[in-house]
Amino acid sequence: MSKELQTSNSQLPKANTQRATHATFRVWRGDANGGQYQDYTASVVPGMVVLDAVHQIQATQANDLACRWNCKAGKCGSCSAEINGKPRLMCMTRLNDLPLEEPVTIQPMKAFPPIRDLVTDVSWNFEVKKKIKPFKPRKPDAADGTWRMAQADVDRVQEFRKCIECFLCQDVCHVLREHALHPEFIGPRFLVYTAALEMNPLDSEDRLGDLKNQHGIGYCNITKCCTTVCPEEIKITDNAIIPLKERVVDQFYDPIRKLLRVFS
Amino acid sequence: MDYETHEYDVLVVGAGGAGLRAAIEASAGGVRVGLLCKSLLGKAHTVMAEGGIAAALANVDDRDSWQVHFSDTMRGGQYVNNWRMAELHAKEAPDRVRELEAWGAVFDRTSDGRILQRNFGGHRYPRLAHVGDRTGLEMIRTLQDHGIHRGIDVHMEFTVVALLKDGERIAGIFGYERERGRFKVFRASAVILATGGLGRAYRVTSNSWEGTGDGHSLAYRAGAELLDMEFIQFHPTGMIWPPSVQGILVTEGVRGEGGILVNNQGRRFMFDDIPEPYRNQTADNEEEGWQYTQGDKSARRPPELLTRDHVARCINREVRDGRGSPHGGVFLDISWIHKRIQNAEEHIRRKLPSMYHQFKQLADIDITKEPMEVGPTTHYVMGGVRVDADTQMSTVPGLFAAGECAAGINGANRLGGNSLSDLLVFGKRAGEYAARFARENRQPAIDRTQVDLAARDALAPFEATRTENPYTIQHDLQEAMQRLVGIVREEAEMRNALGVIDSLKARARGVAVHGHREYNPGWHTALDLGHLLTVSEAIALSAIERKESRGGHFREDYPEKAAEFAKVNMTVQQGADGAMHLRRIPLPEMPPELKQVIEENK
Repeated sequence: MSKELQTSNSQLPKANTQRATHATFRVWRGDANGGQYQDYTASVVPGMVVLDAVHQIQATQANDLACRWNCKAGKCGSCSAEINGKPRLMCMTRLNDLPLEEPVTIQPMKAFPPIRDLVTDVSWNFEVKKKIKPFKPRKPDAADGTWRMAQADVDRVQEFRKCIECFLCQDVCHVLREHALHPEFIGPRFLVYTAALEMNPLDSEDRLGDLKNQHGIGYCNITKCCTTVCPEEIKITDNAIIPLKERVVDQFYDPIRKLLRVFS
Repeated sequence: MDYETHEYDVLVVGAGGAGLRAAIEASAGGVRVGLLCKSLLGKAHTVMAEGGIAAALANVDDRDSWQVHFSDTMRGGQYVNNWRMAELHAKEAPDRVRELEAWGAVFDRTSDGRILQRNFGGHRYPRLAHVGDRTGLEMIRTLQDHGIHRGIDVHMEFTVVALLKDGERIAGIFGYERERGRFKVFRASAVILATGGLGRAYRVTSNSWEGTGDGHSLAYRAGAELLDMEFIQFHPTGMIWPPSVQGILVTEGVRGEGGILVNNQGRRFMFDDIPEPYRNQTADNEEEGWQYTQGDKSARRPPELLTRDHVARCINREVRDGRGSPHGGVFLDISWIHKRIQNAEEHIRRKLPSMYHQFKQLADIDITKEPMEVGPTTHYVMGGVRVDADTQMSTVPGLFAAGECAAGINGANRLGGNSLSDLLVFGKRAGEYAARFARENRQPAIDRTQVDLAARDALAPFEATRTENPYTIQHDLQEAMQRLVGIVREEAEMRNALGVIDSLKARARGVAVHGHREYNPGWHTALDLGHLLTVSEAIALSAIERKESRGGHFREDYPEKAAEFAKVNMTVQQGADGAMHLRRIPLPEMPPELKQVIEENK
């Protein structure tokens, strides 16, 4: 319906004119017992993202190609995968940002056990969250049962609450990815989660002991890989993990406090 | 064959806002609660809601009250809403929002530290509690993180194939878990459907793959009635370019923050057509409209904030008459506000962070500097399972529905922000009354014949003789619905659509699936087809019968409202012959005191 209008307007969005018409996608197919890469060719249209290519392959060549997705707008964090070796959301990875003269490799997240094709078993994350002490608000500030908080005091917490639980930070964290210390370390996602609770002005719970003793905060050696891959651009290391580490240090390693604890 | 069987008092199907809220409430009622979700927990479509939760907290404008909210909702729904649901919703929404804060939600704040509220289409006062433009994420995460400590069993990536009955009442569900493709039976005294919408029946939609009308169709097959199915909301502002993002939502919050709609001649066309019922409340000049978005209480709202059905039709008109944008929409411009305020770019990024992000990454557009191109997208279905207003129970004993898959509160058109509050208010009610139903009724029995039949049907696509590609059928249906039962409707086209649906049903009986049962999206798509075809038929049938234009339902052959239809709702139900039967039912009579409230707020 818009064809006749296309010449008349100067506000046309910028288009990438040098565009490939087809591209090869090298997709990992397999399950817990192993698998291999398989090549598919998909046609390329303007603005296309990697998830579009996967959908096209699904609809026309491999109906049973397994992948997770929901919103296709970077809001739900379902379509995490490794594209050309980098942990990313498939729905937010534009093809015109990738070199299409060579195959685009798509593989499942490495830090979690494969289920099928691009789908991994992320259930561990849901178990970890349950072990973190829940939000416990202080008594309401007003007679009508509500609280008062200044916007400036919740800015940081709101940054953490942008997290869409895509688990890319967990995927890239070497403590989990290379050393598989899942039983001892909750990973960046749940350090951010803990930080959001600890820094919530209304919260009255104490999670520092758990952070040190059960949740393995000491394992993080602040290489900031998690921050690099976060699609929500949360400053995971600087704004969440380091302040938590400082609080743990203050609480447990400050000699004066240590002394005080002996007498209290 | 024996299937793994689980037993609950209350079983909730769907884990978006309504399902989670229902599960939390049922659990508080002291019964065993199971929660089934088609995706992972926390990924349901609620996560995409942007603008906010409508509740008359009166934090920003103390003239607000439940009465005004009620009147706004009824006016927006063109008075074919269920008045009792609209009343309960307006009265209870503030408590549901405050409760979220007590559970850890962190809303944007007013200068005196309370929950901030923003302007939205059709709401007289700033009413939407919000967190930037990611309110849905805040809501679902809060409910999720609260819910996991409430003793609710969550079964993720589980899909319901059929509802099971014990005589007239509900007995449980039959379905499969995706990971291994295994069938399971859930026996439950009460089942709550909270499955959301059906946008995937259309080609251009803001809905995720999950929005295939499962709850609507499951309830219909179990004998429940579907109400108001002709009322589909086409959200006026979806992305239209590049093709890959077509349909993705652009929040109404952009307009709430001062964004304007402009055609290719640079004209703010929304000033050209202001419907009579809204004339008193709508600015007739640009200055007043701007002042309204900046919190001037004496100003009237700009016409961009008229109801969604109207704005969508105006956009449609501009495009049809050759005044559209290059890719067949219109321009939505927030960048212009740099003429009015300092630091406009930073202001936009702070107020609309995910819109900024979305356009920057997906369309190479910097919304702080240039206009967006937008057009209508299938967003929401006002119609759904007919339920009792207070309890949310359908006409099938023990079967409840809440949220988008239930009908009544929104009438012919939903106001933005009323969905999230609907999920909370009626999710809670459904949970409460389902728990009560479970306590007061004996355990139902599972009928093996029903289970075996459902299993046989679900496995049929694996038969070797079949050839139809499920994705192709789905695509053909979406094209037909988009073209024939879309934003502007006409009798002959809709009759044509019914014919297409019939032929697609025949093809769907030959649908084939490759591979095995483990995490097979092809199989899943094949099973969804039945739901999509059922709801599409319900939409077309109801839309043919309503020979007038009202809210989300616009008929080119009957472009005006008709008094005859102001008094009725359409329902469809499966007859003994297996066919879909439509009837008109009279609107419930509104008590005089509520009529008075509406009169006072005209």
